[in-house]
Amino acid sequence: MSTSTSKPAGEVLLTASQLSMRFGGVLAVNGVSFDVKRGEVFTLIGPNGAGKTTVFNLISRLYTPSTGDISFEGRKLSELAPHEVAGLGIARTFQNIELFEHASVLQNLLIGRHTHRQSNVLSDIFFTGRVRRAELEAREKVEQVIELLDLQHHRDSMVAGLPYGVRKVVELARALSTEPKLLLLDEPSSGLNVEETDDMAFWIRDIQQELGVTVLMVEHDMSLVSKVSDRVLAMNQGEMLALGTPREVQTHPGVIEAYLGSIDDVSSLRRKTA
Amino acid sequence: MRFIFKTDYAQDLRLAKHGGHVFWYSLLLVALLAAPFIVSEYWLAQVTFILIYSIVGLGLMLLAGFTGLFSLGHAAFLGVGAYTQAVLTNMGVPFPIALVCAGGLSAAVGIVVGLPALRVKGIYLGMATLSFGFIVEEIFARWEKVTGGNAGIHIKAPDLFGFKADTGNSFYWLCLVITVASTFVIMNLLRSPTGRAFVAIRDSEVSAQSMGINLARYKSMSFAISAGLAGIGGALYAHKLQFISPDQFSILQSIDLLLMVVVGGVGSIHGAFFGAIFLITMPQLIAGVKDYLPAIIGQAPGLQGFVYGAVLIAFVLFEPLGLYGRWLKVRTYLQLFPFYRAGMFKRQKSFQKSDRLK
Amino acid sequence: MQFVQLVISGIAQGCIYGLIALGFVLIYKATETVSFAQGELMMLGAFCGLACMTFLGFPFWLSVLSSIAAMAAFGVFLERLVIRPILGQPAFSVVMLTIGIGYVARGLITMIPGIGTDTHTLPVPYKDQVWKLGELVLNVEQMVVIASTAVLSGILYLVFSRSKVGLAMQASSQNQLAAYYMGIPVKRLNGLVWGLASAVAAIAGLLLAPITFVHANMGFIGLKAFPAAVVGGFGSLPGAIVGGLVIGIVESLSGFYLPDGIKDVAAYVVVLIMLMVKPNGLFGDKLRKKV
Repeated sequence: MSTSTSKPAGEVLLTASQLSMRFGGVLAVNGVSFDVKRGEVFTLIGPNGAGKTTVFNLISRLYTPSTGDISFEGRKLSELAPHEVAGLGIARTFQNIELFEHASVLQNLLIGRHTHRQSNVLSDIFFTGRVRRAELEAREKVEQVIELLDLQHHRDSMVAGLPYGVRKVVELARALSTEPKLLLLDEPSSGLNVEETDDMAFWIRDIQQELGVTVLMVEHDMSLVSKVSDRVLAMNQGEMLALGTPREVQTHPGVIEAYLGSIDDVSSLRRKTA
Repeated sequence: MRFIFKTDYAQDLRLAKHGGHVFWYSLLLVALLAAPFIVSEYWLAQVTFILIYSIVGLGLMLLAGFTGLFSLGHAAFLGVGAYTQAVLTNMGVPFPIALVCAGGLSAAVGIVVGLPALRVKGIYLGMATLSFGFIVEEIFARWEKVTGGNAGIHIKAPDLFGFKADTGNSFYWLCLVITVASTFVIMNLLRSPTGRAFVAIRDSEVSAQSMGINLARYKSMSFAISAGLAGIGGALYAHKLQFISPDQFSILQSIDLLLMVVVGGVGSIHGAFFGAIFLITMPQLIAGVKDYLPAIIGQAPGLQGFVYGAVLIAFVLFEPLGLYGRWLKVRTYLQLFPFYRAGMFKRQKSFQKSDRLK
Repeated sequence: MQFVQLVISGIAQGCIYGLIALGFVLIYKATETVSFAQGELMMLGAFCGLACMTFLGFPFWLSVLSSIAAMAAFGVFLERLVIRPILGQPAFSVVMLTIGIGYVARGLITMIPGIGTDTHTLPVPYKDQVWKLGELVLNVEQMVVIASTAVLSGILYLVFSRSKVGLAMQASSQNQLAAYYMGIPVKRLNGLVWGLASAVAAIAGLLLAPITFVHANMGFIGLKAFPAAVVGGFGSLPGAIVGGLVIGIVESLSGFYLPDGIKDVAAYVVVLIMLMVKPNGLFGDKLRKKV
């Protein structure tokens, strides 16, 4: 399973320009502009309430921006309904895990294949040969994801009973099952312990390098951010603070003040990334 | 104990998971085919009703159990199907064509009733469907030119291009065929992308959308299929009773249908059948037992309602998986004996979270 | 004049709808369960009143108070026995449970020898009295309904806006687990709410009984209360009353001015219009899940 490697890396995949989002009296996002290049891992960081997940929800078209717009491969997202975003090749995970609780892991991943379905309701009712073949094909693709993320022994388990760490991986697997060009990961390491976070770092690397998927990520764990990100955008209270490589952003004085805390924390961080 | 050794993805697609399934269901089919020769005419009529209600139950199970959409006025679809069939058959239209029209018109009404589902959720949707139910019932009563109003109408026997299914046996086999076909329709839907989309909508609309599922389209589809099946069931119901009137399609009937789904076991195909069996046999049981009860209880007009209510409460409290769930537990107990553990089917304890924020 | 007469009678009917709706909006606000049993609780309240007034021979006010108290106790008991075990189950199951409670209540009443299957009149002191206001003929029974509803609404408003109970109820309904952590006695609160809702239902029953007589199927009026709650907005207490008034007036007017049969479905047509135009009701909030 691989996505388009024929397109040149480095070209711009997603552009957000002058995005802002107002919820009643709250300006959650204010004048945010950035672009994400094909093949890179781009991370949004910032304290809670900085507007990072709101940006994600704007990309997923769960909200409509108050001003500004987003385009993906040149196409304006504002023209699309929320369910059409996946068809473009954008997949996402959710901060608080939005899995299909009363279905098995396998069924969750197969639902991820929805945009690739070749049948309509009529052929489904008769379960024609074409539907059968499409089902087997979908199963093959999904099994590849299962193998990548080591979910084999949870394949038939009902999601509702699974431990938190596994559910996070299933969220990721489901997003990957859609064969996305751009993957939006909302706090992939939240709630995970050190080993699980290390696994996550490896997976994000694999997703970027082996699968050729571009990753746009929101994250709080700075070591994960430095390990996998190509570029970082720091936000605070809905506004952009700094944009650049992980090191550039982490040493930016404004970012340090808003987010990273005292000078000692930064020094210890400097030693690690040196 | 049975272990299913999987060697092939195609195995997971199969409807019958293993040899035992094939054996027992084939046996059941044979028994059903032979029923007219085994049971009395009276009981055959009861079985026919069970089949008819199963068809409706399958539809409602799809809508409420698998897509998670509240339908408190489902009897309306039953009624639309019944009246369409009655009117067309009385005009001389052959049975198959009338049946298709009955199902089709019910499906269309289903899409209309489902329109609120595109905007509102949960109890509000329940209220919308409840309202439609009352309005449709009133239309049946008022549109006297077509429906005969409160006096009701009689229906002629099904005429399949010359072959008249006017005996108890022939009508029974007709219903059996249609029931089996409906079951296959639902089973196929559920193992295909459409069925999965329904389940996705039930569990998390937000992520269903982000997986590319068009909520409006699939919700309407679910309503349409569900209503269509109810319409087909209604058409057969009309033929069986040979007389229909608006009060047969009231809120009480809608609640009966929901009762069927809950007692049978929400979210399972077997549930529709178990529920239908319950719905048809319970009045028989009550009628049989009531002479042994003290007169105060036995002769009370509200006895049936009381029993239904009590059973409903009991199932929601003690057996949320319904009759099918109980059957599964019993079967697992027998299969795993003596290793059955009491906690095997225990549900996750969940604290109540606000539905308004879904 | 006819118009005013119709409006007044619509208001009176609407008050009944509003009171029943108030009952289940209370329950919905606190536990987010929809209770289809309110109509039957109202019916039980009316029978209670009947029992007190005719069999126990209590004077009017004592009957009223004892009926209300008895029903409140019954509500608490019901919550403890039947509702508490199923909290956390999907909304659909809970609704079915309350429908079951309604059926059981109706069935049990018919089993009471002699009384359950007949229709009875409730011997209230103001029965069949009328007031004449110029050209208006006012039914005292209806006036009592309107006045009582107004007083009750006022009392409940004060209780909920000025007390910790109201806030605790809202917290508990939005996130039960968090409410537990905050020290809110959720279980006791739920019991209280059901008791209160049952008491309100009892009042509605006592008010309605002189107009429609006491019989086992009285509770079906409760179904009309749902449109009232939809119009008002399911989470709003004043909305329940206002919604009830709207439905009552619409019904009254359509019964007179519109063709036959529309009156029976007017309430439901209003529901559909409401859901299309303002799905969250007149006073409801639009809430959205934050992902």
